[in-house]
Amino acid sequence: MLGKAASLGGDVAGVLLGSGVEGLAHQAGIYGAATVYVADDARLEAPLPQPRVDAIAQLVGEQGIETVLFAQSILAADIAAGLAARLDAGLNWQLTDIAADSGTLVGKQSALGDSVVVDVGWKTTPRIGLFRSGAFDPVERATGQTQIQTFEPELQEFSLAAEMVEQAHAEESGPSIEDANVIVAGGRGLGEPEKFGLLEELAKALGGAVAATRAVVDAGWYPYSTQVGQTGKSVSPTLYIACGISGAIQHKVGMQSSKTIVAINKDPNAPIFEFADLGVVGDLHAIVPKLTELVRARKS
Amino acid sequence: MKIAVCVKEVPDATAHKRIDPGTKRLDRSGEGALNAFDANAVEEALRLKDATGDGEVVVVSMGPERALNSLRKALAMGADRAVLVADAAAAGSDLLATSLTLAKALEREQPDLVLFGQQSSDSDGAVLWAAVAERLRRPVISQVAELTLEGGSLTGKRQTEFGYDTIRAPLPAVVAVADSINEPRYPSLKGIMGAKSKPQETVSLADLGVDAGQAGEQGSRTEVLALSDPPPRGEIRKLEDDGTAAEQIVAFLADKRLI
Repeated sequence: MLGKAASLGGDVAGVLLGSGVEGLAHQAGIYGAATVYVADDARLEAPLPQPRVDAIAQLVGEQGIETVLFAQSILAADIAAGLAARLDAGLNWQLTDIAADSGTLVGKQSALGDSVVVDVGWKTTPRIGLFRSGAFDPVERATGQTQIQTFEPELQEFSLAAEMVEQAHAEESGPSIEDANVIVAGGRGLGEPEKFGLLEELAKALGGAVAATRAVVDAGWYPYSTQVGQTGKSVSPTLYIACGISGAIQHKVGMQSSKTIVAINKDPNAPIFEFADLGVVGDLHAIVPKLTELVRARKS
Repeated sequence: MKIAVCVKEVPDATAHKRIDPGTKRLDRSGEGALNAFDANAVEEALRLKDATGDGEVVVVSMGPERALNSLRKALAMGADRAVLVADAAAAGSDLLATSLTLAKALEREQPDLVLFGQQSSDSDGAVLWAAVAERLRRPVISQVAELTLEGGSLTGKRQTEFGYDTIRAPLPAVVAVADSINEPRYPSLKGIMGAKSKPQETVSLADLGVDAGQAGEQGSRTEVLALSDPPPRGEIRKLEDDGTAAEQIVAFLADKRLI
């Protein structure tokens, strides 16, 4: 996103908020931020939205920032909306692109289950935008000096009222599904946890990773770190093979940016068939092992 | 203890949703229904009320008069009272204008807890509670899959991309519940019959002290400029397995140079 912002002209800055995070500032610089504002404060350690609203609002006021862009995450959505109310600023969400147009900015929003694209504008500044994850690929810029500016956040009492008692731990062993080029994902249609074995074989043959829907993760069939969807990870691999997944919106939003989507499901009315590039109505228990066999044969 | 639940009437799930190119707003002329995710919030409020043994659950909404039909569903489930902000000047409100109006309606009620559902099925936003909490200057926790109240504070188990956070906040607070938090009850026949006689109040922007200029399109800071069709995803192919599905998938992937 930093790259996209840089392409719009004007000054681009990254904002880094947290505790013990100063070391990450240079990375923002590599991806397009000429300046990185850093607030390193123990009160910002927990991923809670309201103290971040205070810090960013303060920055917008002090630095005269006109546009604040976020990449979608549960935390970012809460921050963006709180910030909008704090600054009396317009917030456009579900953005897939943004462009400069006659001295102002226009966003492209995907709405109504991706059935329509809406050009959305901001009537005033500051503007706030919330982008779908995976909307842009990172672009490393040629070397330039990144100016790092620290600031002391002034936090409001009500913003600090919520406290983190215990934070979620990302237990991940091995490569994250977000980095995988090929993902084979499984949902309730697998029938039982052991069937993930079939997907693991296919993923191995394709050199990819295995992901899961929320339903099966909640049921304990596969680890949380592999969950794709609204309350899980967003992925945009080159190939996403969805097995036994209905394709409800909560899952779709996590994988809709995949370049090619193949779906295997025995229910011909599954919503996933509305957006899969290749939809196969059939029994995954028969198809997946055969597919694995054929892929292996091709590779050898 | 008073719990306010913010709910919305949205186009019925079976309706084909479309934006009217003339008004650039969602076409709401068809059947409306209580937003399914809001039913989780109503249910959670009722459970909390049942657990404490006393209290009041009031559903608050903003919409046209006919939205009272959807509010009645919440009353049929067991909510005690409904308040609808119905004012033509509020139509076309964006997040900012909506959150301002709702916040004023909530301030009027002074609830101990404000609940929202996970998202509305018509706007893909899933952000309203954070803006309302900001206006009310109250702590907010979203994506709550489990909620417990103890004394003057609440503990929420929040669903995130990394697992569950446990967060505590003092009341009064704002909470948006995840749809996994509960299974909303079906209204009983007695509940449905009784809903009609429960207090249902319609208020205008003026009643809330909201200036017409702060609401609707005038009070909105975002606008819809144009509509267009989404870029074609390319050909969508659907086939039924006749025994050769695996071979056909391989051919498809090879064609795209994916294997």
